[in-house]
Amino acid sequence: MLNPWLYIGIFLIVVFILPGVPVLISALIAPRKPNPIKNATYECGVETVGDTWVQFKVQYYVFALLFVIFDVESIFLFPWAVAYNQMNLFMALEGVLFILILTGGLAYIWKKGGLEWV
Amino acid sequence: MNEVTVIIIDAAIKAAVMALVLLTGFAYMTYAERKVIAGIQVRRGPNRIGPLGLLQPAADGVKLFLKEDMMPTGADKLMFNLAPIITSIPALVIMAVIPVAPDWIVNGYTVRFVVADLNVGVLYLLAIGSIAVYGIVLAGWASDSKYSMMGGLRSTAQVISYELAFGLSMVGPMLLAQSMSLRDIVHAQEARGIWFMFLQPIGFLLFFITGLAELNRAPFDMPEAEQELTAGYFTEYSSMRFGMFFMAEYIKMIAVSGMVVTLYMGGYLGPFVNQFPPLGIAYFSAKVFFLLFTMIWIRGTLPRLRYDQLMSFGWKFALPVAMLNVLATAIVLVYVM
Repeated sequence: MLNPWLYIGIFLIVVFILPGVPVLISALIAPRKPNPIKNATYECGVETVGDTWVQFKVQYYVFALLFVIFDVESIFLFPWAVAYNQMNLFMALEGVLFILILTGGLAYIWKKGGLEWV
Repeated sequence: MNEVTVIIIDAAIKAAVMALVLLTGFAYMTYAERKVIAGIQVRRGPNRIGPLGLLQPAADGVKLFLKEDMMPTGADKLMFNLAPIITSIPALVIMAVIPVAPDWIVNGYTVRFVVADLNVGVLYLLAIGSIAVYGIVLAGWASDSKYSMMGGLRSTAQVISYELAFGLSMVGPMLLAQSMSLRDIVHAQEARGIWFMFLQPIGFLLFFITGLAELNRAPFDMPEAEQELTAGYFTEYSSMRFGMFFMAEYIKMIAVSGMVVTLYMGGYLGPFVNQFPPLGIAYFSAKVFFLLFTMIWIRGTLPRLRYDQLMSFGWKFALPVAMLNVLATAIVLVYVM
């Protein structure tokens, strides 16, 4: 039971080393001559105006919220799908009902205009 | 040698081979992409360095090594350094659960052509795949550049929107195979004698399309729309740290192709694969190459979507269709049983 995770752990260590080496070599041999203009924020040659962390479209938050709801609910379908053969009809139908509720929720948001990108 | 030492050596060898194959695959993916796109646009593509330009990736690598690594003055130093690592590590680790050939018994010792056969393989793919989003958010936020900020936001919204349909279209093969282990899913396709892409055509197409969106590949490459955002969330990155983002993108292409092949296209299955298991590697690679070529082909053919079209496709088409596909599969399975 533990073995596959041990393999993943060792794989993680190896994977940390492999991209790490090029970054280290690059840090050793690449030139380093910083100056204020070179390190300025890139904006196609124009000096940047104001703060970077400005207010942005609220729609991003709306979609992030919707994502959390649907993602958590769709994860519940995974164990249901795996155990499908061992279920009786009632359990299987409960899962179907759950998907229908999800679809209903999506339809409600759609009708409310929550999915419009304006 | 005791058992633990054997396991550690076995794991280290597999990990090193897998990582090296992925890194070489990445290098030659960049070459293949330039060559194929050039062919589509009736150009020659890279042909100066080495025969047919085959040493081009090596030259690109050397160039990246020798470039100065810059960081904007206003950047958040820790997060700026962390972002490429958080993006590239999951891309490499994701391939660990994908079997590339059946078990091979040599002199009584079983060689398993998979780094780790987890019993929650599908969940692992989804979980590791979504970690990469953090890298994108951090890169966009930490760079202190408006291009990066907008690119990061767009990319995040896009990736999380398509993740829903992406995850739901994995449920179909799981329903058919009754397991989350990727080996069992391949075995189920062998037992049924048919690839799941023929039993689940809608799931297969959705999985591939949403996979493209997860990768930020054309036609869903809004975050990197170079005409409006220069390079999106990695605008401020240079040298090897840019290289890590670049690497993550291409290795994720290979990983997503591997996922599609395993879940829907029969994985390593092919003629005579049970008689001589290493043949499975060839079948698996051939299928992955076909999908990678398709991805490049799509990039060379289709124009980029507008952002509102992209979001409405994800939420108003892909998500409901994925849900109904799960529903239909479940109902049909009740009848079949």
